[in-house]
Amino acid sequence: MRAPGGPEVAVGDVLLAVENVSLSFGGVKAVSDVSFDIRKGEIRAIIGPNGAGKTSMLNIINGFYQPQQGRITFKGETHAKMRPHEAASGGIARTFQNVALFRGMTALDNIMAGRTLKMHSNFFWQLLRYGPAMREEVQHRRRVEEIIDFLKIQEIRRVPVGRLPYGLQKRVELGRALAMEPELLLLDEPMAGMNIEEKEDMSRFVLDVNDYYGTTIALIEHDMGVVMDLSDRVVVLDHGIKIADGTPEGVKGNQAVIDAYLGVAH
Amino acid sequence: MGLLYQIFIDPFVQMGTAPDLFVQTLWEGMVGGVLYALIALGFVLIFKASGVFNFAQGIMVVFAALTLVGLYNAGVPAFLALGLTIAVMFALAFTVERAVLRPLVNQPDIILFMATFGLTYFLIGFGQFVFGGEPKVMITEQLYLPKGTITYKALGGVISLQKLDIAAAVIASVMVAGLAVFFSKTRIGRALRAVADSHSAALSVGISLEQIWVIVWFAAGLVALVTGIMWGARSDVSFALDVIALKALPVLILGGLTSIPGAIVGGLIIGIGEKLWEFYWGPLIGGGTDSWFAFVLALVFLLFRPQGLFGERIIERV
Repeated sequence: MRAPGGPEVAVGDVLLAVENVSLSFGGVKAVSDVSFDIRKGEIRAIIGPNGAGKTSMLNIINGFYQPQQGRITFKGETHAKMRPHEAASGGIARTFQNVALFRGMTALDNIMAGRTLKMHSNFFWQLLRYGPAMREEVQHRRRVEEIIDFLKIQEIRRVPVGRLPYGLQKRVELGRALAMEPELLLLDEPMAGMNIEEKEDMSRFVLDVNDYYGTTIALIEHDMGVVMDLSDRVVVLDHGIKIADGTPEGVKGNQAVIDAYLGVAH
Repeated sequence: MGLLYQIFIDPFVQMGTAPDLFVQTLWEGMVGGVLYALIALGFVLIFKASGVFNFAQGIMVVFAALTLVGLYNAGVPAFLALGLTIAVMFALAFTVERAVLRPLVNQPDIILFMATFGLTYFLIGFGQFVFGGEPKVMITEQLYLPKGTITYKALGGVISLQKLDIAAAVIASVMVAGLAVFFSKTRIGRALRAVADSHSAALSVGISLEQIWVIVWFAAGLVALVTGIMWGARSDVSFALDVIALKALPVLILGGLTSIPGAIVGGLIIGIGEKLWEFYWGPLIGGGTDSWFAFVLALVFLLFRPQGLFGERIIERV
């Protein structure tokens, strides 16, 4: 968590640790022997040039990809690999690089879909849409309205998300992830393709989520300014290998990082 | 000139001069259309949620009806047999997910499509093995489905409506309305639509694809059961019924593979169009048009609107 006005200090226990994780697709090594950890309450950035393996890393953490080697420890439990359902029910939520919303559904329904794991009434009450199912619906709707207020998207809640501008779609997607009340929130380029104003809004929301809900956040971002402003610690990947890990300032001055971004003469 | 008159003018003159016949034909077309729509609905449910074009939907209709009648003939009381048939449809959905869909996940669509062919022939063989191949009579009376006709004197003639057809239309509408509410307002319905829209996003919020697949196949099984009862009551229950499932293909082309309203409207257009065409234009070419009318209409539709009336627009980036 960031102390107001002071230097960034990463506090808290380790929430998630990946150790010596490797993933390859056929002959292509997407991630090789990467280890880092994410501490409770911090904003952790994962950066690197295109093709560095950042998104693969997120996919490994939430179980979309199963690494061939290494371990993942989440909340003290060590796994060889995660499963999407296991990750979701364990409290890992995510957004996607190219907005993966349920396009035919309204913003409200999209965010309600994020409550799926929290709702338990059974199939037959659901069929009747009565009794426990109805009470549950109302109770969860209340939580969802809070999130809608928090993200200031009240006026678009009934609009099918396919019709919304890109910046708002990203916000709805964040809302859906928040509806899961995650302990760890993975954001894959939350500001990609946004204009300055939208970027500022989104940055504000990321910080607010971190402050207000105390959610631990791991984010991939290309905009260096944003990374420097938001994150407590940064891990840098290049060609699937970890080349640096530390505070934003430390990483910025790292020669390997500069080389990776600007290229070096061989 | 005479021919043009017969094609473009005369049928409408007939419609105008004998409105009772016109209304009667319209009604019969509508009833047929409702049943086409129900079969198409089964296809759409499964296609939406799993992207599988389920060739076995037609045979599921026969299988459900056969199970119901078979159980009743074996001495099970009618309503218990109905309950047991529902349980059998659930078991079928569960087995299909475990034995067919799960091992083939992430395979190309054509593989899954072929797998449903396999399922079709398995169900035909299994159904004949257990219940025998001879045609059976649907237990309409035991299920308290109405029978007989209502006749109205109207529009200068007599219009007669089969009570069973009215019941079929009412039951179909109730079921469609129920499905619509279920899909739009409940957690499971939302999860179903979520899976249809994006597999990865659905996984990321913890929706289990396996569970959803069982539910849609079960829903399609229930739709098949209702369809089977209604069709069976109009003719009889036999494996010949599954050819009517082929009529659902033009319905799907008209309505779009992913749209529930499309399946209904498409079914009605085909049903009504087929009857009107046969009655007013059929005599010009010697009749027997209802075996091909639907397919030709679908062909014409494909030329102008390949995504169907309500289907999602196909946009490709180049």
